[in-house]
Amino acid sequence: MATASKIMGSSDFSVIEGRSAGFYALVAGLAAVIAAGLWATHAMETEGHHVTGMTNQIVWGIPHVFAIFLIVTASGALNVASLSSVMGQKIYAPFARLSALLAVALLLGGLAVITLDLGRPDRIVVALTHFNMKSVFAWNVFLYTGFLLLAALYLWTLMERRMNRITKPVATVLLLWRIVLTTGTGLIFGVLVAREAYDVAIMAPMFIAMSLSFGTAACLLLLMAVGGCTGRFLDDAVVHGLKRILAWFVTLVLYFVMVSHGVKLYAAGYQGVERFLLLEGGVITSMFWMGQIVAGSLAPLWLMLWPPTATSRPWIAAAAALVLLGGLAQIYVIVIGGLAFPLQIFPGKEVIESGFFDGVVSHYQPSLPELLLGLGGVAMALLIVVLGMKVLEFVPDFRSGS
Amino acid sequence: MADGSNALADKSRRRFLTRTGAAVALGLAAGVRFIDFPSARAESGPVSSSQRWGMLIDSSKCASDCSACVQACSDEHGISGHGRPQTDAQWIRKVTLRDKESGRETSLPLMCQHCEDPPCVDVCPTGASFRRADGVVLVDKHICIGCRYCMLACPYKARSFIHEDLADQKPWSPRGKGTVESCTLCVHRIDEGKGRIPACAEACEREGHGAIQFGDLNDPASSVAQALVQRESQELRADLRLNTGVRYQNL
Repeated sequence: MATASKIMGSSDFSVIEGRSAGFYALVAGLAAVIAAGLWATHAMETEGHHVTGMTNQIVWGIPHVFAIFLIVTASGALNVASLSSVMGQKIYAPFARLSALLAVALLLGGLAVITLDLGRPDRIVVALTHFNMKSVFAWNVFLYTGFLLLAALYLWTLMERRMNRITKPVATVLLLWRIVLTTGTGLIFGVLVAREAYDVAIMAPMFIAMSLSFGTAACLLLLMAVGGCTGRFLDDAVVHGLKRILAWFVTLVLYFVMVSHGVKLYAAGYQGVERFLLLEGGVITSMFWMGQIVAGSLAPLWLMLWPPTATSRPWIAAAAALVLLGGLAQIYVIVIGGLAFPLQIFPGKEVIESGFFDGVVSHYQPSLPELLLGLGGVAMALLIVVLGMKVLEFVPDFRSGS
Repeated sequence: MADGSNALADKSRRRFLTRTGAAVALGLAAGVRFIDFPSARAESGPVSSSQRWGMLIDSSKCASDCSACVQACSDEHGISGHGRPQTDAQWIRKVTLRDKESGRETSLPLMCQHCEDPPCVDVCPTGASFRRADGVVLVDKHICIGCRYCMLACPYKARSFIHEDLADQKPWSPRGKGTVESCTLCVHRIDEGKGRIPACAEACEREGHGAIQFGDLNDPASSVAQALVQRESQELRADLRLNTGVRYQNL
């Protein structure tokens, strides 16, 4: 990508030049993925959702996995901003802007995916004008909108010198807001009494831990990528500080995962669903053990804590990337695994015949369109970040030392 | 001066009496109308919570090899499959169960249970999922955005998402690609107010099984209410305390 060029305004930040072949290739590549996602949406809306792998049994699929992943990660991407503006950790101050930009971009990407997956995306105005205030989904509409407005306000307080004095209170409100927001996202599942894999309040704090973990990983990767592509200096203290925080958050997620499964393993009525998720669920079980636990939690912890890799930036970047892939696997297990396990409508009975797949595990085969829609959301988030850095002064100007 | 003030007092007295009279008349009229509702509701009038429509299904009368209720529902509402059972809509289905201890087999139709506290209504972001005052749980197809959150919330898997284009729709049962739907308890028949019963119950009766009884659960004189008094019945997923409008016997 292009080297830094100083433009008007702040003395510490600048836009990226964005004239190199690499920059244009990146923008073109992201735009192509977004175009593919839009084509997928068009196919899903004109043909109907039967072109996806989703069914009347597995009603949410890959688009929701990506959307929830992006929304959860968005909330945590503000960690660097909170560390700087709320907790006064000055070494992170130069990266607070990028942290907020990434958060806004990820949330917009996630919301785009979830909106375009609707059966009637053309009725999005209905969703913004008709509210059932008992619905967690309806709360989330306000939480997401408020998050975007607060993040924009926070960026304004950072970029406009006269507003600097209110940066801390705005950042504090934003921190509290995103905790509530992620609580709301977790409660989408936590309030579902019908399904054995959900229906637990622990979903809310677990989602907060997930957001802290995935968001820190995403922000760390962004800082390293921007540093690498623009040739700007990224202090070791920042990389290793975020790495240590990430290791704590990964451990925290593991703790919540252990508690939530442990409690259900203890309760007699839930052993069936636990056996399915942890032992007999095929792809779901593999996703849990190999994706979420080994690749997404233990491997990155090892890379971040074992001295030979813990001091190497490429290995730290690999660890952060693994945390993100593990996060996708975790949300896949939550969404698809929770829906694939049959509803227990008739306790004490076995279903020997049903006209609607009662009593049997449902299988899910994602299709290309829904995968493209999910990836389109990721590409949209990345494109917003890349173009944002080109038009506004998000990137710190350091060339040596912090 | 004194005359003038008397005239004013008269005027305000007259106004007071006129307004009071009008208020009393309106109140009485409202009272009379309210009392009238349960027995003779106009077709276009509002529904009332004095009624609660529901069903009692006796699984000992349900023949495992009979699916007349399912066929009647499909015919009534124009539900036809595309040969893709995973995505085709299903408002009512037949389920055969075996007791894990005794091995006793039972058969039953399963559809929306028309809960008093429906989880689908709680979670719907736009209010498209709603419960009528008379207990019928419906989807307003005009404001359903197709998010399918209600399908995650329903403990009975009673709802279907329309995955592809529809043809041959019935005017009394509007449906739409990209929206969610479920059993309406044949609300169009209920609203006709001529004692018509849902298509599934009618078909079951026609087949000579009489396993599905339909009626007003709030009316002590209705056959369904009397049958509920006489013999033990149960709700599906009673642990969720949803107070379903569909009850089962001999499960």
